[in-house]
Amino acid sequence: MLEAAADPSVLLIAPTGGGKTMAGFLPTLAELAKSPKPGLHTLYISPLKALANDIKRNLRTPVDEIGLDIRIEDRTGDTTQTQRRKQRADPPQILLTTPESLALLLSYEDAPRIFNGIQRVIVDEIHALAESKRGDQLMLALSRLQTLAPTLRRVGLSATVEDPAAVAKFLACHPNETRLVLADPGPDPDITMLETETPPPWSGAGGKYAIPAVLDLVRAHNTTLIFHNTRAQAEIFFHNLWLANDEQLPIGIHHGSLAREQRAKVEAAMVAGQLKAIVCTGSLDLGIDWGDVDLVVQIGAPKNVKRLVQRIGRANHQYNAPSKAILVPANRFEIVECKAALDAVIAHELDGEPRGRGPRDVLCQHILIRAASGPFDAAELYAEVTTAGPYHQLSPEEFEACLDFCATGGYALRAYDKYQRLVQRDGLWQLRDPRAARQIRMNIGTILDNETLKVRLKNRMGGAPLGEVEEAFAATLTSGDTFLIGGQVVRYEGLREMVVEVTRNATKSPKIAAFAGTKFATSTQLSDRILSIFAQPSWPDLPDHTAQWLALQRHVSQLPEKGRLLIETFPHEARSHSCIYGFAGRNAQQTLGLLLTQRMEEQGFDPLGFLATDYATMIWGLTPLEDPASLFDVVDLREGLETWLAGNAVMKRTFRASAIIGGLIDKMTVGKRKSGRQATFSSDILYDTLRKYDPDHLMLDITREEAMKGLIDFGRIEHMVARTQGQIDHRVLDRITPLAAPLFLEVGKVPVKGKAEERLMAEEAERLIAMATGS
Amino acid sequence: MNVFPFSFQDCHLEASGAGALFWPEERILVVSDLHLGKSERIARRGGQMLPPYETIDTLTRLDAEIERTAPSVVICLGDSFDDLQAGAAIDDQVSDWMTRLMAGRTWVWIEGNHDPGPLEIGGTHLFEYRVGPLVFRHIATPGARGEVTGHFHPKARMQLRGRSISRPCFLYDDHKLILPAFGTYTGGLYSDSPVFDPLMREQAHAILTGQTPCQIPMPRSD
Repeated sequence: MLEAAADPSVLLIAPTGGGKTMAGFLPTLAELAKSPKPGLHTLYISPLKALANDIKRNLRTPVDEIGLDIRIEDRTGDTTQTQRRKQRADPPQILLTTPESLALLLSYEDAPRIFNGIQRVIVDEIHALAESKRGDQLMLALSRLQTLAPTLRRVGLSATVEDPAAVAKFLACHPNETRLVLADPGPDPDITMLETETPPPWSGAGGKYAIPAVLDLVRAHNTTLIFHNTRAQAEIFFHNLWLANDEQLPIGIHHGSLAREQRAKVEAAMVAGQLKAIVCTGSLDLGIDWGDVDLVVQIGAPKNVKRLVQRIGRANHQYNAPSKAILVPANRFEIVECKAALDAVIAHELDGEPRGRGPRDVLCQHILIRAASGPFDAAELYAEVTTAGPYHQLSPEEFEACLDFCATGGYALRAYDKYQRLVQRDGLWQLRDPRAARQIRMNIGTILDNETLKVRLKNRMGGAPLGEVEEAFAATLTSGDTFLIGGQVVRYEGLREMVVEVTRNATKSPKIAAFAGTKFATSTQLSDRILSIFAQPSWPDLPDHTAQWLALQRHVSQLPEKGRLLIETFPHEARSHSCIYGFAGRNAQQTLGLLLTQRMEEQGFDPLGFLATDYATMIWGLTPLEDPASLFDVVDLREGLETWLAGNAVMKRTFRASAIIGGLIDKMTVGKRKSGRQATFSSDILYDTLRKYDPDHLMLDITREEAMKGLIDFGRIEHMVARTQGQIDHRVLDRITPLAAPLFLEVGKVPVKGKAEERLMAEEAERLIAMATGS
Repeated sequence: MNVFPFSFQDCHLEASGAGALFWPEERILVVSDLHLGKSERIARRGGQMLPPYETIDTLTRLDAEIERTAPSVVICLGDSFDDLQAGAAIDDQVSDWMTRLMAGRTWVWIEGNHDPGPLEIGGTHLFEYRVGPLVFRHIATPGARGEVTGHFHPKARMQLRGRSISRPCFLYDDHKLILPAFGTYTGGLYSDSPVFDPLMREQAHAILTGQTPCQIPMPRSD
């Protein structure tokens, strides 16, 4: 790293545990040792607050040992106001922060003074940031930083990725290039699939059956990380683990919905080596280096080989020893998935989709942030933002449209002449009303929490905070309902000032907290491997029960084949279900769901909703599907694309996200919500209004582009339909099939708002009236 | 658009799926909380620049209701404009349109909390308006009888085979009728809010708006 210290941009790729963070700091420490100047020298950015904390601790020790007098401080959402003010007035030499905190710093008028003289910026876990809008925002922030400090050098630290050149381009200050430094990947991991006496259930996602085996593993190791794919699953598993934990092994839980105090406690206990195991989610995915972890357990199929490899790297943070990991499939379908993932890890086959260009909603926010920090010249800002990797190809017209949107709203039919947000004075753009800066700062960031409510224990003192639940979940609770949070069963008592009040209640079996959590998409590489496994005449290398299950599916229906399209239709819980096993990847399956439900709506099948996984789209409705082949006409599907693009729930969700990020609507703040709900209205109304009166508006254009990235993939659908033309196998069955069962547990159902809803409403109204009148 | 017929204070009324109330016998059309000029007001106060089309959209829908019912009286139950300045700032297109809608009929603006004073626009401005057993006001008063009001933007939700549907709604019992907001940029207050407890009696109903309006017992907090 010291050799590359003078390069304007360096990307270091090393496996977890390779000490890459310390390597990133090495040139900085060397420079500060040689000439210890006051003022900000190095900025360290990580995607997680906890990581910034952790690095501060790990950096302090060697710096003190060498006897360097260096100020190292962190600045995150948790930093106190006093501390923040101090940092702005007198910045430390090394500042550890997050992309959002950096964006906030850049929005202040004194940003040029704060960052004057900064020499280096270190972006940790850049592989994770490069996959999200947070990374795009960060790269825009770096473009600004580079103008304030032209000699700034960039260092990116990345775990193993499938396409290092893409990450290097992302980081570079164009037209400069990034130098790539590749570290030794280390030994292959020791990775196996758990086989238990009791087979995994037919369906289900919790991995409850494996609890005795997991407890045995925990006992036999120093510290075990038990990863789950969603927070809700982590909660349920943790609860069940404790019910079976007769020896009272110290086991904690850590995920993003828990209150900060709760998480801090677990983190401290982990550092002190007091915990035998931690049940966790993606919140522990990234390289926080704590404790003596010697085993990683992954509950549920890993969905993505790259992420699995990175998680496995959490075990044994020593460079030369193999990491040890055990996969625990939650149901029989996942045994096949886990097998496919194991094969892929052994074959060193990482997966990943190339990422599109930088989203323009993030650019709009950047323009507003720039305006908050002071007047700017449009041409200069354009030149600046196009040095950022994700925005390198942004055209002047596109930039102009974003600026116009920020300034005037960008409406075609009417204008806010008097009330523009940005105005041009003496050739420079600035806020019409400087007080608007405050609102812009409050809306900084690209992570949109689902609207969540805090959960507190109810008592006279105000009660301890336990965490957060989604508002939509809280709305379904009535007093007396129980749910799981932080591993405890609690009883819902009521809602007070937007806080969910609960009491402890250990007796009843809980309703489940419906955390959104992160939902991973299985990569298409894994999907292909799974189809190949299906094609085998028998499955000697799978456990017997799974082999029998696949055989049963082959017996009652059939297994999906490459080059054909299997569709199963069967009744379940008073609805007709159709499963389309397209194996086209989640995006394409999702789009297919949208298109097919729209056509079914037209043809009077009254679809109610659908869900998509990487392998299948399941649609449910009131009328069974008869001749699915007629739905799969490519021309009709393409025509349908335009129509559904406009009106569906997924587009509305995408619109909401882009409208908030782009500054069209405020992030909901708790304080505002308290002041009366009838004053606020849904973003769906804005979406519908724009579509009706201003269909070419920038925000709709951005929404389309972002939705395309996330879900459309129409090319893959055409490919699938062409490949399977006339090769549709429609199986009409009287009950749910073995292969369909796991689909019922997937999250992410998309409702279809159509005639079925009216039909159900009429039915329900009749039922309620009948109940009320006692007839 | 379908309508739901119901009886209130022995008057035969119709709740439309769009959220308007019609009294055929008296040829009276009632709408509430139009909030015209809301986007303008938000921008003026230094907030976001929302799509400035809600006034056109609200008037388009009101026009359709007037077309459908051909009323001799139109009552706007208050909060017709988002504030007084919004009322003063309407452009020629909008004021011509409103003049056309008002022509040949009685037009009553009930005062709301957002637009308390008189407006430089046609029609009669009143605090309340009485016809037969009914009195039209902006905000419901506890204990009043035969009262038709707006203000709260009521909405209701119902659970249907695992799905939750939420719609703006009419609320009524023997003595009171509360209309949903008719304006395009309006949110709502769920009927299970404690706000409605002192206003609506035990046996209250909710009529959900939408393609086919339908009536259910008013959902309330336990």
